[in-house]
Amino acid sequence: MSRLTDKNLVIAKEIIARYPRQKSALIPLLHLAQEQSGYISREAMVHLGELVGVTSAEVYGTATFYEMFRFEPIGKYLVNICGTMSCALMGAHELMHHAEKRLGVKAGGTTQDGMFTLAHAECQAACTEAPCLQVNYRYRLRVSTADLDNLIDDLEAGKLSEEIPAHGVLAKVRQHIAPDRGVGAVSPELVDQAPAWLNGKAAL
Amino acid sequence: MSTTYSHAPGFVAGDRPKIVTSRFEFADSFTLERYLATNGYKGLRAALSRPANEIHDDVKSATVLGRGGAGFPAGTKWGLTPQQVWPKYLVVNGDESEPGTYKDRLLMERDPHQLIEGCLIACYAAGLSQCFLYIRGEMALAQERVAAALNEAYAAGYVGKNILGSNFSVDIILHWGAGAYVVGEETALIESLEGNRGMPRLKPPFFPAVNGLYGQPTIVNNVETLANLPWLLCNGVAAYTAVGTKTSPGTRMVAVSGHVKRPGVFEIINGTTTFRDLIFGEEFCGGIRDDKQLKAFVPGGGSAPWFTADQLDLPFEASQVGPAGSMLGSGAVIVMDETTDIPAAALTLTHFYAHESCGKCTPCREGGTWLERILRRIVDGDGTDADLQQLLEVGAMICPGDFPHAANAQLGLTAVPFPYKMTTICFVGPSAFAPVHSALTLFRSEFESRVTKRVTIPVTAVSTAKTVTSVGAH
Ligand SMILES: Cc1cc2nc3c(=O)[nH]c(=O)nc-3n(C[C@H](O)[C@H](O)[C@H](O)COP(=O)(O)O)c2cc1C
Ligand code: SF4
Ligand code: FES
Repeated sequence: MSRLTDKNLVIAKEIIARYPRQKSALIPLLHLAQEQSGYISREAMVHLGELVGVTSAEVYGTATFYEMFRFEPIGKYLVNICGTMSCALMGAHELMHHAEKRLGVKAGGTTQDGMFTLAHAECQAACTEAPCLQVNYRYRLRVSTADLDNLIDDLEAGKLSEEIPAHGVLAKVRQHIAPDRGVGAVSPELVDQAPAWLNGKAAL
Repeated sequence: MSTTYSHAPGFVAGDRPKIVTSRFEFADSFTLERYLATNGYKGLRAALSRPANEIHDDVKSATVLGRGGAGFPAGTKWGLTPQQVWPKYLVVNGDESEPGTYKDRLLMERDPHQLIEGCLIACYAAGLSQCFLYIRGEMALAQERVAAALNEAYAAGYVGKNILGSNFSVDIILHWGAGAYVVGEETALIESLEGNRGMPRLKPPFFPAVNGLYGQPTIVNNVETLANLPWLLCNGVAAYTAVGTKTSPGTRMVAVSGHVKRPGVFEIINGTTTFRDLIFGEEFCGGIRDDKQLKAFVPGGGSAPWFTADQLDLPFEASQVGPAGSMLGSGAVIVMDETTDIPAAALTLTHFYAHESCGKCTPCREGGTWLERILRRIVDGDGTDADLQQLLEVGAMICPGDFPHAANAQLGLTAVPFPYKMTTICFVGPSAFAPVHSALTLFRSEFESRVTKRVTIPVTAVSTAKTVTSVGAH
């Protein structure tokens, strides 16, 4: 069941077609696989390898380089607490200690009920709103220990399921290029002259 | 006067020229409707109404500096591709992850059409046939906003085939990463876009403008750099260069974080705004929190050597900040007040760069890890005198020779100018050392009071080898 579903296969093929080289689609496809199962299974990697024409070892080689990919199931909510300088200066370490106590797991661990995985994260590009965290890559800013408790309560009660989808789902909006609007992938082998608009004249 | 908006947390507007943040005041700034109502796609129309080479010349004469870290002028970069090799590509660097930095995320979340329009202008002017917009993996909202904007723009005829009915056709492909800081480096970005591990390539031969994506000439530009272009094309070169200085025209986005009263992201006037304005000015951060003393600040993102109060009057001008011993980098100032535990603060950055090493160069992979471990044991109270020397020795393997640092009147230090020599392919290795070096140079006493003096128990006649040992004093 970890190969891409038929529905996702359609999406995968659309993504692959945008690139001059199929392998370029690998990271977006790995995200698609992670969206489907919450993590990336061996079978998924075999399938992706077939789709982009590389071995599953190459897929694995790429996938393991990137921190967001998981190769075994984790919690429904991945709570990433930033610990880099700006956040550390504003109490990120204390926030992490509090989260560890509240969830009863150490950073890196998953709660017994499979709801939460707690993790150390690096700078999340929200440094002025420190300390900050992301739940499945959705921001919470200037988080106090009380805010964290409330957040966990709300997640447990299912109050945020609209805003924060289960781990694996990243952007909820996908790019879609209508066939009659797109130019299509521009491969090096197909083009050996300057683009049409470089004719010394105005395009309009 | 400064204003904040609940829909754009972190951003602080002021009575200053707004080149890239003009729409941030609108809650719906990311929609095509709002964009079109506020001069949207007028810059593109203006560009397409003239030959491409003239637009390229405009960008050159406006000296639009790269906002991704190196500050290289975009127009000049576009001119570095070989004349007769086709196709050429545009890769947009939206991988923003330098500690302390964020502005590209806001620009993508709040005004995605402005970025799209900037990409189109660049492709038109520089003859680039396909554009890949690489957004950092962890930025789900930015990905959603840019995807939605692209879908709208395609449907309305602004992107894709025969743009505005002309012979200019280009696709913009939204691509996204999966968590790796080093991928922000342009050659690593290209590797990642090719579906590989994001490890930097050696330059030469892999200068992207000559040999980039799929071996083709490739322009890599930062999100903020491109976001400047619509305004430039709407308002003209003279209006653009009227803001800022001759060498640093226009504005730039700067994030000021840490121990200030009002941290925030500001669009500041380039070249003239000083660090004192930013940290203490009422329209910016309003001073140090609780009116404490400033201890030190990082002037240009986590990679930059640190400054202290002695450098507050330097403006945002690379030609002055470099000789003063640091760099402006990615537009990020991190402020530390007098209560800051300097070794612990440095550790957060050294940990970051050590953690983000891709492992390709030994001095970075090994050196970064060593630096982190030694620093950690000092912070934990287990360090020794010898560790301080060892930190500098490990650093010298990554960056041989004098490492840049600021002048300091109290310590009697004169500045060692930027840049440094390095034994690594990219700047991740040196960046692991920069905070260590700055902290040790400017605040050595904090390290000395932290390390334990080793005491050797005298060897007695009855001792065995085992009792000849060193102990910590605690
Ligand atoms: C380790 C490292 C990380 C970088 N990260 C980024 C980044 O996140 N975003 C960015 O635009 N440039 C980053 N850069 C700079 C890019 O290599 C490149 O110079 C820049 O994207 C060029 O765009 P510009 O000329 O418009 O500034 C990084 C460089 C290094 C060495
Ligand atoms: S300096 Fe570090 S991150 Fe950069 S290429 Fe070398 S090992 Fe990789
Ligand atoms: S340091 Fe935490 S978001 Fe940048």
